Amino acid sequence: MEMQTVKFYQTGTFTVGNRLLDENERSVQANMERTNSLNSGHRACQGCGEALGARYAIDAAMRVTGDKLIAVNATGCLEVFSTPYPETSWQIPWIHSLFGNAAAVASGVAAAMRVTGRSDVRVVAQGGDGGTTDIGFGCLSGMFERNDDVLYICYDNEAYMNTGVQRSSATPPAARTATTMAVGKEPGNVFGTGKNVPLIAMAHHIPYVATASVANLRDLEFKVTRAMNVHGARYVHIHVPCPLGWGSAPADTIKVARMAVESGLFPLFEAEHGEVTGRTRIRHKVPVTEYLKLQKRFAHLFGKTPDQERLDQIQAIADKNIRTFGLIDTELAHG
Amino acid sequence: MLKQVEGSHAVAEAIALSRPQIICAYPITPQTHIVEGVGEMVKDGTLKNCEFINVESEFAALSVAIGASAAGARTYTATSSQGLLFMAEAVYNAAGLGLPIVMTIGNRAIGAPINIWNDHSDSMSMRDAGWIQLFAETNQEALDLHIQAFRLAEELSCPVMVCMDGFILTHAYDRVDVPSQEEVDAFLPPFEPRQILDPSAPVTIGAMVGPEAFTEVRYLAHHKQLRALTLIPQLSAEFEQRFGRASGGLIREYCTEGAETIVVSLGSINGTVQEVVDDMRADGAKIGSVSICSFRPFPLTALRDALQNAKRVVVLEKCLAVGLGGIVSDGVRKSLSGIQLKGYTVIAGLGGRAITRGSLRQLFEDAAADELEQVTFLDLNADVVAYELERESQARRTGPTAEAILKRLGTVSSKIG
Amino acid sequence: MDKPFAITLDVGSSLANKTGSWRTSRPVYLDRLPPCNNACPAGENIQAWLFHAEGGDYEAAWRELTQNNPLPAVMGRVCYHPCEDACNRGKLDAAVGINSVERFLGDEAIKRGWKFPAPPKESGKRVLVVGAGPSGLSAAYHLRRLGHAVKVVDAGPMAGGMMRFGIPKYRLPRDVLDAEVKRIADLGVEFEYNRKVENIRDTMTEGKFDAVFLAVGAHIAKRAYIPAGEAAKMLDAVSVLRDMEGEEKPMLGRRVVVYGGGNTALDVARTAKRLGASEAIIVYRRNREKMPAHDFEVEEALQEGVMIKWLSTIKNMANEGTLTVEKMKLDEKGFPQPTGEFETLEADSLVLALGQDVDLSLLEGVPGLAIKDGTVQVAPNMMTGYPGIFAGGDMVPSERTVTVAVGHGKKAARNIDAWLAGGTYEPAPKHELADFEKLNAWYYTDASKTVRPMLDIVRRTSTFDEVVSGLDETNALFEARRCLSCGNCFECDNCYGVCPDNSVIKLGPGKRFEFNYDYCKGCGICVSECPCGAIKMVPETI
Repeated sequence: MEMQTVKFYQTGTFTVGNRLLDENERSVQANMERTNSLNSGHRACQGCGEALGARYAIDAAMRVTGDKLIAVNATGCLEVFSTPYPETSWQIPWIHSLFGNAAAVASGVAAAMRVTGRSDVRVVAQGGDGGTTDIGFGCLSGMFERNDDVLYICYDNEAYMNTGVQRSSATPPAARTATTMAVGKEPGNVFGTGKNVPLIAMAHHIPYVATASVANLRDLEFKVTRAMNVHGARYVHIHVPCPLGWGSAPADTIKVARMAVESGLFPLFEAEHGEVTGRTRIRHKVPVTEYLKLQKRFAHLFGKTPDQERLDQIQAIADKNIRTFGLIDTELAHG
Repeated sequence: MLKQVEGSHAVAEAIALSRPQIICAYPITPQTHIVEGVGEMVKDGTLKNCEFINVESEFAALSVAIGASAAGARTYTATSSQGLLFMAEAVYNAAGLGLPIVMTIGNRAIGAPINIWNDHSDSMSMRDAGWIQLFAETNQEALDLHIQAFRLAEELSCPVMVCMDGFILTHAYDRVDVPSQEEVDAFLPPFEPRQILDPSAPVTIGAMVGPEAFTEVRYLAHHKQLRALTLIPQLSAEFEQRFGRASGGLIREYCTEGAETIVVSLGSINGTVQEVVDDMRADGAKIGSVSICSFRPFPLTALRDALQNAKRVVVLEKCLAVGLGGIVSDGVRKSLSGIQLKGYTVIAGLGGRAITRGSLRQLFEDAAADELEQVTFLDLNADVVAYELERESQARRTGPTAEAILKRLGTVSSKIG
Repeated sequence: MDKPFAITLDVGSSLANKTGSWRTSRPVYLDRLPPCNNACPAGENIQAWLFHAEGGDYEAAWRELTQNNPLPAVMGRVCYHPCEDACNRGKLDAAVGINSVERFLGDEAIKRGWKFPAPPKESGKRVLVVGAGPSGLSAAYHLRRLGHAVKVVDAGPMAGGMMRFGIPKYRLPRDVLDAEVKRIADLGVEFEYNRKVENIRDTMTEGKFDAVFLAVGAHIAKRAYIPAGEAAKMLDAVSVLRDMEGEEKPMLGRRVVVYGGGNTALDVARTAKRLGASEAIIVYRRNREKMPAHDFEVEEALQEGVMIKWLSTIKNMANEGTLTVEKMKLDEKGFPQPTGEFETLEADSLVLALGQDVDLSLLEGVPGLAIKDGTVQVAPNMMTGYPGIFAGGDMVPSERTVTVAVGHGKKAARNIDAWLAGGTYEPAPKHELADFEKLNAWYYTDASKTVRPMLDIVRRTSTFDEVVSGLDETNALFEARRCLSCGNCFECDNCYGVCPDNSVIKLGPGKRFEFNYDYCKGCGICVSECPCGAIKMVPETI
């Protein structure tokens, strides 16, 4: 009786490391000699998704570039918790200029590298959702349209956390923030607002756009690696839960991010030159409530009587994402 | 080499001779011709090892410059008026980070009402941003100051604005002496940054600094400008020695010897002022003038030395501190602290209003007779103002003042000259 | 570089900021008890040997396994694997095929000729083991590895006990058994066969043994009174299976009826089929749910054409081989009650498989012993009421399986070792159980259980070839890697990776991790994201 040969590595590539994989197939984060671009001693809150996402992304970019990497950082949590005088957590050349100009500063750095004969040195710009989708959007779009050789990474925690959890254009519908309070007829952030910067980035027809999540390290590293292997303007948008702003348990940071992905609310995809070329399938689909109920910012949806109408609206958003990006392999699902 | 060229073109040549590596700009009148000029030189290959970057705003222009400069490239940009205000946040930031960027300001008024013509409101708005501000009197000086500016900026690790009057200089054709590349290279060594983004020696630039060190950081910025008070005359002297002409420095005196009345001003108006001084001297008046080239750092001591023996000082300025009067006057007054002198502030040339020799002569004669108000608006149309004030006093919804005045004057540019 | 004051900083300098002071609780690594280990009667550290097998280091896996059980090739065939019933993976898809991997390792060891290491030093003590069945072999092995001189005596002609004389070849090929026994003998254990110990105290004295382990198997068939004609052929299951090992195979005829519901009944029925019976019928007084035999064996038997008559008792057997059977029904307590309805069955032979007893005659005259329901009572350290005499396996009150017997042998050996040294054996404290709720199962790749190849039905009913064949290496590796490593770090690097504060130090392959409490803020992500539940938070004390 013939048995099927299956390549199977216990936890596959879902865990950070896997001793059963070949050395060169392992993640950057699993490496004993990993660069820890963002060093210990930073002042991020307990369970900060952004601190994690930043180290994941920058370590991966360092590996691709052989540590020849410069980072430009927008004002925001990441900047504040990593570089308060007299200590910095960064291990790479890093500059912070302003809230809204990281993309432009990065363009300048990249140009300087070319013109001073250091084209092997690559440039990453990074910021939170506020610094990216709102105040830094003009500079971001300019960098995109010039196709400057910059990877811009947005760490999206869906509000202005550094200033005390105010709404940004990345804040999801129904979410409570300090400026979209959970009161009144339509508690939390209103539906039908906000902007999807990955899709806008795609509209610039830049070489590479991707979304990633701290819940899927291998996917994130793959995308950052891919991004660093091409030249021109690139954009990676990483979903990073904020325990403080979202009202989730610090220990649940990755779980929350995972539920966002598995519910379809945060689709993981890749696009090249304006066309979607890849999507990371949902492994075990969950209803959006599995994601929402972990967070106090959505607590008003689960009062004595759940706000079914709004929950349905949010589920519809997830379902639409699943359809639009093909997040569930329909052949497999039927087979 | 002598050339008969537009001021903007002269500056463009000076920029090119300074071997910048990154040039970025966003178009705004009247700065456009300068960056168009260098842009063309980059594109046709005349200016080598240089990238010209078209950006989407002035904010981005200076931000790109910040990145480029921090990464060790000699960086240049230019703007005017609203553009300078739009990049204001980055203006402070570049200075705070100590990045030796050189930026030309084609001086222009600030709206509203929107106005494309010359005055000094734009540069003055950024006077406390931490940049060195040099004002050019002529196109030759504009050319020379840019070459000095790179040297100054890089020696101090401090950004420098070279301010030249919009249209009056930027668009005027004049004969200028354009130095050779060898001469400029001898004066301006390659850029050696004080700090640099470099993976082989990584640093964190732009940390957050709290109360425990912020005052010290600001003091050091101030101290840097005080050092410039010494360095600027040195560079000017060295420049004169190498190139054979005096340019820059802190201030320039004209006929101040024995003068009882001294006129102080910035930029191109000094040419007209000096002509009037000549006329009045010829008629026996004891009058002289001082041109301030370095507005930041402000040359308190040099001015005191130049002015202390006069009886009165007339500060002729192309800007207005609304609700106070003069901006330059403030500094001049401070330089004369403890000295009993009559001081007059004259606001002139706002939004491109022509400053005529006739008006100036009348003004200086009134000053010499001590018949001036503390603050005078040169050639103010008293009828228009009186009418408008009367109208405003009668009705609440009077509509916009500027448009009302234009309607009454019946023309847009009758007084530009 | 002449760095500007305060604005420009030296990289990595935040190490000066010890964020560990923020913490209110701290993560700690721990080993929890995997359910498989907890369920194993032989006390195998299954998770540990699977860990090596996952990496393809089968020898290390086998060596880890044989720390507790010297008979993996046997056990991989005959164990009823309670480990798999307990396996947490069963809640995800299907339990890990632990038993089949064990067998693979056992077979691999035989194929590769792996040997046990000699004991590091000799104790100078002599221990006698009575009975070369699973319990005796296990005890002999462990005692020998502990440095004692061991002699095994057995009444039978060969080693194996009930493994040889009670389990059919198609379930346990004899070459496998022989190979594993030989490996124990190679360790320096002395075997003496065909010697029945009549009086244990005399034997001890004669042989100058310091201690003895009694491991006599249950070879005596239980009888039931069934009126039968003189010519009727009535046999017992133990003899039938024992005779299968001799030259003369038992003559059972074309129609064989087996009476009983245990695994032995199935073994006999299936053996009858292989001996050429056209009908092999099991008569059992209760229904399938109540049948003590394992379900998979019932299934295999049915596939081979064995028939089972449920809810039936045999009343008598006439000379011409006619059986009278009474239909039964279960009462509300599940006990079979007669219905008064009868039917007849034709049979060439009737084999009784109603259970077995142990021959305890060798204990006669030993003072201090307590014997109850045909078994010797032992203390928790496996010692009988007589100092120096230990007992295990079928002789003591317990479930009678090979696995239990092997476990007894190990436990007795450790206690004998301690007793010989004048002390008592203290087993390591049991860790808390790694139940399913302690895992983060999301990380484990979806994979269903590998099914072992089965012999084709026709071939299987006509020969004594092994019915279930083993995994090949690919499958074994696959199966091993399905292990969730419940409660024990398997170095997946998750804690190392998911810490936002880089507060987990990776110590290198096989060395696991440790926390850097200087920087750990106590967020607990490592605990949440540990797939196998090997970290927990404990409150910080000041």
